[in-house]
Amino acid sequence: MTIDRNARLREIRNWDDYFHLAIDAPEIGQEARPGQFVMVKVADGPFPLLRRPLSIHDAGANGVELFFKVAGLGTEILSRKKPGDPLDLIGPLGKGFTVTNGMKGKRAFCVGGGRGIAPIYFLARELGARGVQTTVFYGGRRLVDIPLRDKFEKAGIKPLCSTDDGSFGFGGLVTELVGLDLAKTKPDVLYACGPEAMMKTLAALAAKHGVPAEFSLESVMGCGIGACWGCVHRIKNESGDGWTKICEEGPIFPGERILWP
Amino acid sequence: MAMTKKSVDLTADLGFLKLRNPVLAASGTFGYGLEFEPYLDLEKLGGFVVKGLYYKPREGNPPPRLVETASGLINAIGLQGVGVEAFSEKILPELRRLKTAVIVNVCGADDDEYAAVVEYLDKQDGIAAYELNISCPNVKAEGLCPALSPRTTFDLVKRIKAASRRPLITKLSPNVTSIVEIAKAAEEAGTDAIALVNTFLAMALDLETRRPKLRNVFGGLSGPAIKPIALRMVYQVASRVRVPVIGMGGIMTGADALEFLVAGAAAVEVGTANFVDPDAAVRIVAEIESWCEAHGVAAVREIVGTIMVS
Repeated sequence: MTIDRNARLREIRNWDDYFHLAIDAPEIGQEARPGQFVMVKVADGPFPLLRRPLSIHDAGANGVELFFKVAGLGTEILSRKKPGDPLDLIGPLGKGFTVTNGMKGKRAFCVGGGRGIAPIYFLARELGARGVQTTVFYGGRRLVDIPLRDKFEKAGIKPLCSTDDGSFGFGGLVTELVGLDLAKTKPDVLYACGPEAMMKTLAALAAKHGVPAEFSLESVMGCGIGACWGCVHRIKNESGDGWTKICEEGPIFPGERILWP
Repeated sequence: MAMTKKSVDLTADLGFLKLRNPVLAASGTFGYGLEFEPYLDLEKLGGFVVKGLYYKPREGNPPPRLVETASGLINAIGLQGVGVEAFSEKILPELRRLKTAVIVNVCGADDDEYAAVVEYLDKQDGIAAYELNISCPNVKAEGLCPALSPRTTFDLVKRIKAASRRPLITKLSPNVTSIVEIAKAAEEAGTDAIALVNTFLAMALDLETRRPKLRNVFGGLSGPAIKPIALRMVYQVASRVRVPVIGMGGIMTGADALEFLVAGAAAVEVGTANFVDPDAAVRIVAEIESWCEAHGVAAVREIVGTIMVS
């Protein structure tokens, strides 16, 4: 992990409220693993004060890509950055999804809901590179909420899409779509990132089918480095069911350890 | 001929403790110190105050625990922590190798627990001083804490001072009618120094849902939003007590820190800034040094209490 104060926005594009940023930040890019995140400074002055935690959407030798939905003042300021603008990032932070070379030939389900698709792209790419048979499920409320379909296809991954309103792909919740596939094929592992209700349902489904699963938890964060204890979630540990820091011990946790509210 | 740059004497003197420089990292914003090692050299700090310790491990409050407000942060962590035993066995041995002042923030649900924490820690080496946390607003209803009354402040400080073999810094709450009255009570009870301010009892709510944004409803406000009030309180206290004062509240820059020194603080603590920039405290030390160089100040100690009030 490093503070990169010389990061620079290379490219920005958007679909409605969803924004994709490509950022030159080589050190962070080279170190990043799927599921990790960065803390992005949004303003130089005291307002907004805190950095924003954003999931790494993709990473490589040149830097990182971020994908987010404008959800407040911080992300709105970020969405107005221009190519060439300097950025200040800390990362990569947290522990990522379990991805190993030993997984060759295994079958993985990767599920992203709405802006929760962000880390799923990086994950699916890394799994594919290791010879894992990967199925990506991409759900959103409406067609506009699943804008990364083409990007996945260009990477050779054809996502199974769902929309709650039936405007594209499977009509219904992405959890229903995953449920139908789980009844047909049992994957070796399931990964997911999205709204809490979605992940809670998937955790129950995965447990029912005996599929190990990992989930990316989200929280407001004060620091991202384990110092403020602000981003806790109930997680089963050896010592009991304590409030556990998402930034430090997560954001990825195995399904069986997460106690959903 | 090249001029050799005169180096500024950055040392700070609390009487009972000499510091490399006047910048400490504040309790609750710096974990147990080691979390920051990837980002800064802990030995470049004057020291740091570790997260508040109760005797037993403590669970803290349910989330949401944080909400950002205009130039500020409201937290209601509830002093989650590992307890004295785990701290002494797992963390303190790591801290002992550092050439920097490690101050332990001491908490208690009642006076007996404060005493038990100090009694336990007195047997451990590698602690420069205790900071008595009588002012956390997030552990009892309505922000209740000993620092809200001169009587409870006096009694607790007196008891802990008598029980402890180490210097005692008493950290005050700003949520009082007369901060000077509380500071004087702590001084009369024998505290070696006074630190202020802890966070301001605050709240935020969501207009659409009409719910408080923190599960605890109330929390403590910190950050640049509180700096002018903290500065006022530090000035009031420093001009009325003899013991050294450690000032804090929204310090983000070297200039902020210097203002507290000018107002009478012998040292400062940097808090919320550590969240924004994990290396903020070291940057602030460098900024203090540059300012002193630029203003011909040979020793930063010289500016303490130099406020000009006509």
